[in-house]
Amino acid sequence: MSQRRIAKRFAAAGESKLLIPYITAGDPDLETTLALMHTLVKAGADVIELGIPFSDPMADGPVIQAACERALKNKVSLVQVMETVKRFRETDNDTAVVLMGYMNPVERLGYAKFAELAAQAGVDGVLTVDMPPEEAAELVEELSSRELDCVFLLSPTTPDARMQQVFNMASGYIYYVSLKGVTGAANLDTDAVATKVEHIKSQTSIPVAVGFGIRDAASAAAISQAADGVVVGSVLVSIVGEHGQDKDTMHKTLFDMVNGMRLAMDDIQVTA
Amino acid sequence: MNTATKPADAPAIGSMSDNYPDKNGHFGIYGGSFIAETLMDPVSELQEAYEHYRKDPEFIAEFEWELKNFVGRPNPLYHARRWSDEGEGAQIWLKREDLNHTGAHKINNTVGQALLARRMGKKRIIAETGAGQHGVATATVCARWGMECIVYMGEEDIVRQAPNVFRMKLLGAEVVPVISGSKTLKDALNEAMRDWVGNVDDTFYIIGTAAGPHPYPTMVRDFNSVIGREIKMQSMEHMGKLPDMVVACVGGGSNAIGAFHPFLDDKDVRLVGVEAGGDGLETGRHAAPLSAGKPGVLHGNRTYLMEDDDGQIIETHSVSAGLDYPGVGPEHAWLKDIGRCEYVAATDTEALDATHKLCRIEGIIPALESAHALAYAAKIAPDMSPDINIVVNLSGRGDKDINTLADIAGITL
Repeated sequence: MSQRRIAKRFAAAGESKLLIPYITAGDPDLETTLALMHTLVKAGADVIELGIPFSDPMADGPVIQAACERALKNKVSLVQVMETVKRFRETDNDTAVVLMGYMNPVERLGYAKFAELAAQAGVDGVLTVDMPPEEAAELVEELSSRELDCVFLLSPTTPDARMQQVFNMASGYIYYVSLKGVTGAANLDTDAVATKVEHIKSQTSIPVAVGFGIRDAASAAAISQAADGVVVGSVLVSIVGEHGQDKDTMHKTLFDMVNGMRLAMDDIQVTA
Repeated sequence: MNTATKPADAPAIGSMSDNYPDKNGHFGIYGGSFIAETLMDPVSELQEAYEHYRKDPEFIAEFEWELKNFVGRPNPLYHARRWSDEGEGAQIWLKREDLNHTGAHKINNTVGQALLARRMGKKRIIAETGAGQHGVATATVCARWGMECIVYMGEEDIVRQAPNVFRMKLLGAEVVPVISGSKTLKDALNEAMRDWVGNVDDTFYIIGTAAGPHPYPTMVRDFNSVIGREIKMQSMEHMGKLPDMVVACVGGGSNAIGAFHPFLDDKDVRLVGVEAGGDGLETGRHAAPLSAGKPGVLHGNRTYLMEDDDGQIIETHSVSAGLDYPGVGPEHAWLKDIGRCEYVAATDTEALDATHKLCRIEGIIPALESAHALAYAAKIAPDMSPDINIVVNLSGRGDKDINTLADIAGITL
């Protein structure tokens, strides 16, 4: 078996940290999503988290809710999202892609069919926000048997006993939610995150990425000192939402934001 | 038919059911805890607290005291004689939850959860509401115990249920309009969950229906099971036997599960849940996931949902805001699959007809939600023998609906 794409990216990173941008698929349409994925890669993305739009995104703040609503205006489906990944793979075989979303579209499609289509499309991992490890055995089995990684969340409120349960099921990376709140919330405490990430990393060899509340180059750089990867979402989705009518500005602004984070993260690692 | 031999089997009012789901809250394939990691810890804390206090005699005694002295229980089981006689069929009995303090069954659950919140040291209460009855019941208990109260309510529902919005504010609650999605109950629930994620340390989320992550479906059922226990005891008193059928409306299903649960082992008692048929099941414009939906995952549990082919939740339609919800409590989903309960639907028109009929013939203005159960009873009773007893759970009173009724009649109040 060849090494999985996510593991390969972490292995190849060396001292550098992975940059993991998130955008919602189909916002405002899938053609734009495909083009944006390539822009993210040019700007320095290692892994792309691609959001599956859902009508009731309970763990997301207003920015990603609005993105879901824009995507669903065009009836973007889970199958279409995976077809978009397949098209991305025609020209990019290196950047890892993780689908992130809620259970119900996956339930509707069926676990086995979902896992099969995802594997065929060149998806590397799956993160379902509202599926804790307690409920995940069946889906994890379908995904793992097709060499797909199962990314799970850890939060500031996760007790140690549950962490072990998450480690037993997780692969690819652990997504540490940096704050108590929904996506796009503002109260990021870098020191607290560093302490917690260190604590997590002392118990598992799975890489740890940190997300929620990272909104600029400075916060990305600060978090990258503690984590193996930095996930950034709402601030990018805002850019897509703001420049829906003007694709050139959308791409340029997104590139500048992500590339700025990339440069700041790399600069920190070099000086350190 | 049932015989009059088993009054002793009816558990004492206030005792908690032992018919628990599995330890992770599954009713068959339904239920569970499908929530983001940030909520797992507060939900576990709640599971442990509830598991402890549901067996605590002091907690049960305080709950019973509140039900008697604050809520005004027991409420009557009333024989609707004129209606029964007019149909020349089965006898119709009304369980008068509309006579509870705040005018609906919702207060049973909010009293229970507020007592639990107090014991857990949580001082900030959040809730979602559709028709506003649960919001009012939550605002009421928060005022009763001096707790901060924030109620999330869809912008659409705020317009439809203006009197209840004002009642909540009178009681000192903050009503937060929800403008996301379809701006109704499901979106209010999303918003309350988001609040909870951000404020897990000091906040208790009082969910108003028998849905959500474990232990909510069980807890809400237990706090409402006083309805079914009273029906049992009062049926023995009035009829000398158990009823032949218990009928209740089902939105999320809290009044129905409360009325049904104590009867689950009494196999001769038919239990019928009536969903909101809206414009008719065939139109797709309804709120009847058990009758016309599919299993899926929403709001923390697996259950029957109104969804499209891509698994997106679709907008529901019902004349009654309280039934306008795309999911249903997981225990109902399970009871449907195992065949213990039957689930049917009544349309908006049938519910409105039943409302007017009850007003005129019995002098009771029912909530539009409860009128769905009345409509089904009215439909089947005339074809049944007069020695058959049907209990309809009159889950709430209709004062909150007078604006809706006036609008439909083309009258400006």
